[in-house]
Amino acid sequence: MSGAAASPIMSVKGLARSFGGIRAVDDCSFDVQPGRITGLIGPNGAGKTTVFNVITGFLGADRGSIQLRGREILGLSPHQVERLGVVRTFQHLRLWGKMTVLENVLLGCATPAGENVFSLFLRAGAVRAEEARARERAMQVLDIFGLAGRGHEFAEDLAYPEQKLLSMARIFAADAPVMLLDEPASGLDGESLRRIVPMVRRLVEHGKTVLLIEHNMELISELSDDVVFLHQGRVLAAGAPAEITRDPALTEIYFGV
Amino acid sequence: MTAYIAHYLVMVGIYAILALSLNLLIGYSGIFSLAHAAIYGIGAYASALVALKLGLGFWGGMLIAAAVGALASALVAIPSLRVSGDYYVVASFGLQVVVLAVFMNWTDLTNGHAGLPGIPRPNVLGWVIDQPFEYVFLAAAFAGLTYAVCWRLTRSAFGRVLQAIRDDEIAAQAMGKNVVQVKIVVACISSALGAMAGSLYAHYITYINPSSFALHESIFIASLVILGGSERLAGPIVGTFLLLAIPEMLKFLAIPDTVAAPMRQIIYGALLIIFMLVRPEGILGRVRRENATSR
Repeated sequence: MSGAAASPIMSVKGLARSFGGIRAVDDCSFDVQPGRITGLIGPNGAGKTTVFNVITGFLGADRGSIQLRGREILGLSPHQVERLGVVRTFQHLRLWGKMTVLENVLLGCATPAGENVFSLFLRAGAVRAEEARARERAMQVLDIFGLAGRGHEFAEDLAYPEQKLLSMARIFAADAPVMLLDEPASGLDGESLRRIVPMVRRLVEHGKTVLLIEHNMELISELSDDVVFLHQGRVLAAGAPAEITRDPALTEIYFGV
Repeated sequence: MTAYIAHYLVMVGIYAILALSLNLLIGYSGIFSLAHAAIYGIGAYASALVALKLGLGFWGGMLIAAAVGALASALVAIPSLRVSGDYYVVASFGLQVVVLAVFMNWTDLTNGHAGLPGIPRPNVLGWVIDQPFEYVFLAAAFAGLTYAVCWRLTRSAFGRVLQAIRDDEIAAQAMGKNVVQVKIVVACISSALGAMAGSLYAHYITYINPSSFALHESIFIASLVILGGSERLAGPIVGTFLLLAIPEMLKFLAIPDTVAAPMRQIIYGALLIIFMLVRPEGILGRVRRENATSR
């Protein structure tokens, strides 16, 4: 044993991003360890979603670096970041509502031959085989997320908790190692929380690394292995959930008392 | 009379190609283009010029027409489709205006308003297609080919990505789809097919001038798509059959000659408005969701 901690799968260093005069993210640094759930918490306006948007390439940064397994991903476009293995959900889900549940998940599956117009016309056999594999995979994923048998419904016709599950299912299908979940529990009541929370745990059992934004402190303690506390775009503290939630100074900032 | 019906069917075939190819953009990708008549014209002029000046005939003309059409579309699509939203409507309008101006003013090449006469008839394996009813088969074959291409594109993983981009571009990006590239590819395919229709037209009428490819023609093609129903592959075909038939039928109405032309225009316009009031989703459009029976 070297005694050193496992090397992080993702490492954010000195990240800064301003909007006009407001520093949404300011010298933000933290690590995400593989095979664990890292909770990103902080009061409203702490910069959590901005961090997500910068990691996934939807926003540029003014400074800093984001290493994914040793490779710089800052400055790449969203689809490139996805292909390197970082997928995300959105606070407002952004499902394809007028497409079926199955199609939503199929769009997460890799179908490079079927998406290429040349192979579509010139390699019909390969396209057919790939589509069959993707459908099989999509059915498995729907089963994992408790949506088997719902495949042919429109995504917009699902109940809200099921839409949340679907938003996780479609990125799970992408086979990316790092999953970013933007408030997976928001808007859910007790009953449906008990469906979602174990699902997040199961992602790790499937070999995923999870970075999630969450407001519910209780849930964070229950769910996260590591917690990063963000305030005014800076990391105030990072550590085990018990340490963070018990720190009176942080609780004060969080609840604004 | 048979020649009259044959002419109608040839024009249906040509416009069906235009409507099907435009629907790849409007219906399946959510990209509204006002340049389809320009693309149609580029196809017609390219094919005619290649046949007249290089002597490559119909087949060579059509191939080059498709390539030039795709290229013209790419030149506009590459800068403008990087920006999302309605920007492409304006850019395509610009393309339409510029292309028409070129047709009218580059007289050395296009002969301006006077147009290009004497475009040769297609020669299929030594058989010259010069009868309207023969041309019906040629137009139908190309319309069928276009339908097959659109069918393959839309009922595949590629088509799924198009729909995903249309419904939520950001979600599509987050799922690893190269949104800009897909949009440019579909714009080029749509234009190659539209230019092919231009080639068919040029070698059918054997004379072209700029007036066939003006802005109102772009709007007409878009109305074929919208009236027929943009959600289904067959929608634009139904729209084409109908919108091309109405003016022909109006010719049989007993209207005094002095007011015939404006009266027909008025009736035609009123019918369009009534169609859109009665079936805003298009003739083959899906019934509104509330009324839909369970699937």
